[in-house]
Amino acid sequence: MKYEDAIKKYDPVIGIEVHVELGTATKMFDAAPNTFGGGPNTNITPTSLGLPGSLPVVNEKGVEYAIKIGLALGCEIAETCRFARKNYFYPDVPKDFQTSQSDEPIAAEGSVEVELEDGTMFTIPVERAHMEEDAGKNTHIGGATGRIHGADHSLVDYNRAGVTLVEIVTHPITGTGERAAEVASTYVRTLRDIFRALDVSEARMEQGNVRADVNVSLRESPDAPLGTRTETKNVNSFRSIERAVRYEIARQATRLEAGETIVQETRHFHEGTGETSSGRPKSDADDYRYFPEPDLVPLVPSREWVEELRATLPELPAQKRRRLAGVWGFSDLEMRDIVNAGLLEAIEETVNAGAKPAAARKWWTGEVARLANQKDQPTAELVTPAQVAALIGLINDGKLNDKLAKDVLTAVADGEGEPAEVMSARNLEIVEDTGALEAAVDEAIAANPDVVEKIKGGKMQAIGALMGPIMKATRGQADAGKAKDLILAKING
Amino acid sequence: MLGQPHIGPFRTGPAKRLDLLTSKQTDERQGMTESSAITPEQVEHLASLSRIAMGEDELKSLAGDLSTILSNVARVNEVAGDDVPATSHPIALSNVLRPDVVGETLTSEQALASAPASADDKFLVPQILGEE
Amino acid sequence: MNELTTKSALELAAGLKAGEFSSVEVTQAHLDRIHATEADFGSFITVTDDLALETAKAVDAKRSASEDVHALAGVPVALKDLIVTEGVATTAASKMLENWVPPYESTVHNKVKAAGLPVLGKTNLDEFAMGSTTEHSAFGTTRNPWNLEHVPGGSSGGAAAALAGFQAPLSVGTDTGGSVRQPAAFTGTVGVKPTYGSISRFGIIAMASSLDQVGPMGRSVADAAALHELLAGHDPLDSTSLPDPVAGFVSAAQTSDLKGKKLGVIKQLRGEGYQDGVRDAFSAALDVAAAAGAEIVEVDCPSISYALDAYYLLMPSEVSSNLARYDGMRYGLRVEPESGPVTAETVMSATRAAGFGAEVKRRIILGTYALSAGYYDAYYGSAQKIRTLVQNDFAKAFESCDVLVSPTAPTTALKFGAEAASDPMALYLGDVATIPANLAGIPGLSLPAGLSDGLPVGFQILAPAREDVKMYEVAGPLEAALEASGSRVLDTLAEGLTTK
Repeated sequence: MKYEDAIKKYDPVIGIEVHVELGTATKMFDAAPNTFGGGPNTNITPTSLGLPGSLPVVNEKGVEYAIKIGLALGCEIAETCRFARKNYFYPDVPKDFQTSQSDEPIAAEGSVEVELEDGTMFTIPVERAHMEEDAGKNTHIGGATGRIHGADHSLVDYNRAGVTLVEIVTHPITGTGERAAEVASTYVRTLRDIFRALDVSEARMEQGNVRADVNVSLRESPDAPLGTRTETKNVNSFRSIERAVRYEIARQATRLEAGETIVQETRHFHEGTGETSSGRPKSDADDYRYFPEPDLVPLVPSREWVEELRATLPELPAQKRRRLAGVWGFSDLEMRDIVNAGLLEAIEETVNAGAKPAAARKWWTGEVARLANQKDQPTAELVTPAQVAALIGLINDGKLNDKLAKDVLTAVADGEGEPAEVMSARNLEIVEDTGALEAAVDEAIAANPDVVEKIKGGKMQAIGALMGPIMKATRGQADAGKAKDLILAKING
Repeated sequence: MLGQPHIGPFRTGPAKRLDLLTSKQTDERQGMTESSAITPEQVEHLASLSRIAMGEDELKSLAGDLSTILSNVARVNEVAGDDVPATSHPIALSNVLRPDVVGETLTSEQALASAPASADDKFLVPQILGEE
Repeated sequence: MNELTTKSALELAAGLKAGEFSSVEVTQAHLDRIHATEADFGSFITVTDDLALETAKAVDAKRSASEDVHALAGVPVALKDLIVTEGVATTAASKMLENWVPPYESTVHNKVKAAGLPVLGKTNLDEFAMGSTTEHSAFGTTRNPWNLEHVPGGSSGGAAAALAGFQAPLSVGTDTGGSVRQPAAFTGTVGVKPTYGSISRFGIIAMASSLDQVGPMGRSVADAAALHELLAGHDPLDSTSLPDPVAGFVSAAQTSDLKGKKLGVIKQLRGEGYQDGVRDAFSAALDVAAAAGAEIVEVDCPSISYALDAYYLLMPSEVSSNLARYDGMRYGLRVEPESGPVTAETVMSATRAAGFGAEVKRRIILGTYALSAGYYDAYYGSAQKIRTLVQNDFAKAFESCDVLVSPTAPTTALKFGAEAASDPMALYLGDVATIPANLAGIPGLSLPAGLSDGLPVGFQILAPAREDVKMYEVAGPLEAALEASGSRVLDTLAEGLTTK
């Protein structure tokens, strides 16, 4: 069954767990550096290796970042919370338990607003955000496929073991209907933007800083109880998230159509085919024997600290969009175009440098975007917001008109210098010399008596027909406003 | 994330019951005092959870030991009511935090000196089945 | 026996300071004594002659150069082999760690090194500190110097035997449910379980994290107090380490008076199940205390009756998690299964089957059960509530007295093999008097009260949390009063040993 058909027949419910690796200088529970790269098993202490006798101590910055994330998601920050041990054996888990938080997360009950491609807003209910530590990394050696099955042995590097993760867990997301896949990927993208805005993580999907586990279940109708879900682990790009959800919805629907049941299990996503495959069924073995971590004392974030952190929160991307749309007076459509083109920051900085919002938008989405497209270069590499603002300033001062400004902009993008320098160097400034302009105007009036008659008759738009010859005579450097004034003065005067 | 599936976003906390372990279907707050006999099969499950290979004799003898111990300690369930808070840490400290400053680390040589097997500065472990 | 080995630690410290003898002499005398008696006592897993003498030489050199040194500098010490020592094998008396040489240092050993105490070696214990007899060591038997047919107690049995056998003037043990106080009681020595968090646990191989505490041991209260002062203090590497300043334990032990001190006898810990000889010696000691001016009152701590039950749920639960890391992947033993596929999982299972002894496995399985989904609330959760009740009982009791007292253990040292004969619970009952202090986190101390049938009886003193000094204020003068009223318990042994 295809996704499109599946979605007509069944109501999908999704749930997403996002893990983000925090960009603290050290790991969560020990002073080993949290850096990407370096030789294997060098960013480790006795604690990150789980040596006998080693003990954890909580990284204050990790807690701070977790609280910031919680606040940004609109969560309540716990008055008191504890770490817990999640017990399970695995070679890349040095202590054979993961220090996490179980029923006492640092942040609970928030929401994230996501904006879909066409501007539809969707609210994702967040159940919790909690701190935990990452595991080491296995490299599988031997075996034909390179995947775990069939591998002869593994090599383990514990450099990543103990790095702080914040896991954000949603409540079941209902009501997405056919947009389930889009909602899922947009949600993770929105979180990624929030992490970056908070400066708590580099949040690079391709480096595994942000990882998502996607739960999908289907039910007959929105009134029906939740169906059996599958959890597709470690889906690590926005596109993959969308594909994984689509695949799971189609796969589950196909099974249900054939009268088969859905097995509650973890599944693996395969980038190459866009398919998921069965991992391991949930079983009684998933008994993690959580209990409060006795080696760590409770966290009691003071309300003062929480409020201090709240005050430092930068404006989040969605808030910023809403605020700027209001201040600038742009329509939703205009804002969405700006955001989708990735020009929000550039325009904001241009406005901050003194330009009017409408002019900033016009230049960035128009000529700059066109040049970028033409040169196949990002807009940010062509010109700076300060240069665009300067260009707009020259127009407002009457030194450039739009046509001349385009020439200046092209030259600036080619690296010829700042707008004012280019204007002077290329002698592009609007002609101030009234004599030359008057001569051009006189010539145009003399050559176009019929037009003059029309203007006299009150057809003001006919002035445009005189502007062409005037501009031609002045090599485009005439100030259109002044020319118009002169024409009217001469005809009526 | 860490190689094992978690209970997903629909979780309400750790699962509250593992029937495999109950030799007798009883309410949690009663029932364990009189007869909390543990069977060798239950011990086998616990041994598998704790990754200890055990033979039949060991399972049997441990089942006996556990039954004795549990029948003695099961009364803890009857002593304290819901109004008594749990104490996880004997001395009440809170907010013990460490500044985010890099400290001394081990070299890979130090880390691997006691390793049963290693290669390429990494710990060499037997093949891992079933999970990513 | 060289007389240097019969001196107390503080006597040795004074002699070293006065230049009467050198640390090398003192250290060599103890090493000689160890080599002469180890076949009998078996106190040590590893003896570190070279390391000890190296430290002794360095301290002697500093003293000769009139450099400032710690008061205990040059006085030898033995460390329980649960304490991590960088570069020196640390086994926890388990096959699992038979060849493990730690690449890092424990805070305890760091402090010992910094103060210049020569480390004689690593003492024997029950595997991973689980046991009350030291019979559960993978590396040989430790015998009680008082009678070689009797156990030294445990789990710090080697540490206690080293003191009683005059192999070391000071020992560092650990106490999770009585593992310092009970062997001290069985060997006629002094063992202290400080307030939880008083001494850093960083580098102490964990048994049950919320109960474990490092315990200074000596042949006198003041010696143990001096070692406690040396080891205590805040450690940023241990989140549960107390920020409290270290009070004057030695001066409290040496200058206090029993007059006006209120000793609360815990009603629940003096009757049923105690040997007559233990009860008699305890009562006699109370009489001595009363004669010296102490007021004896009886206090009721009803929740203590449940402490043992709570302990035997909480301790194994934490054990099951703390000992998970011994899986044959990163360090220590690795064993492949005899048959079937060789995978990480089967190797872990085979390694843990071969590496752990029966008692350790029993506790891991019990703890795994107690933490299992479905049983957590009934077992672990309920046990934590009892912990609250025990704390409340103690808090209330301390309102009416300065310290609480009881016999340290219901019996004197058992004969070898006695344990195997009884069911596990009967054996666990031996910890009934010591466990409550670990549950509540309060400090406790055992000192010799006298002898029963030629074996020492321990007298336990408990004080309010973070007021360890109160324990020394009673223990010091009580020890003096007991010695004045009869003979010093250990002198009896010393005489017996010197005539051998």
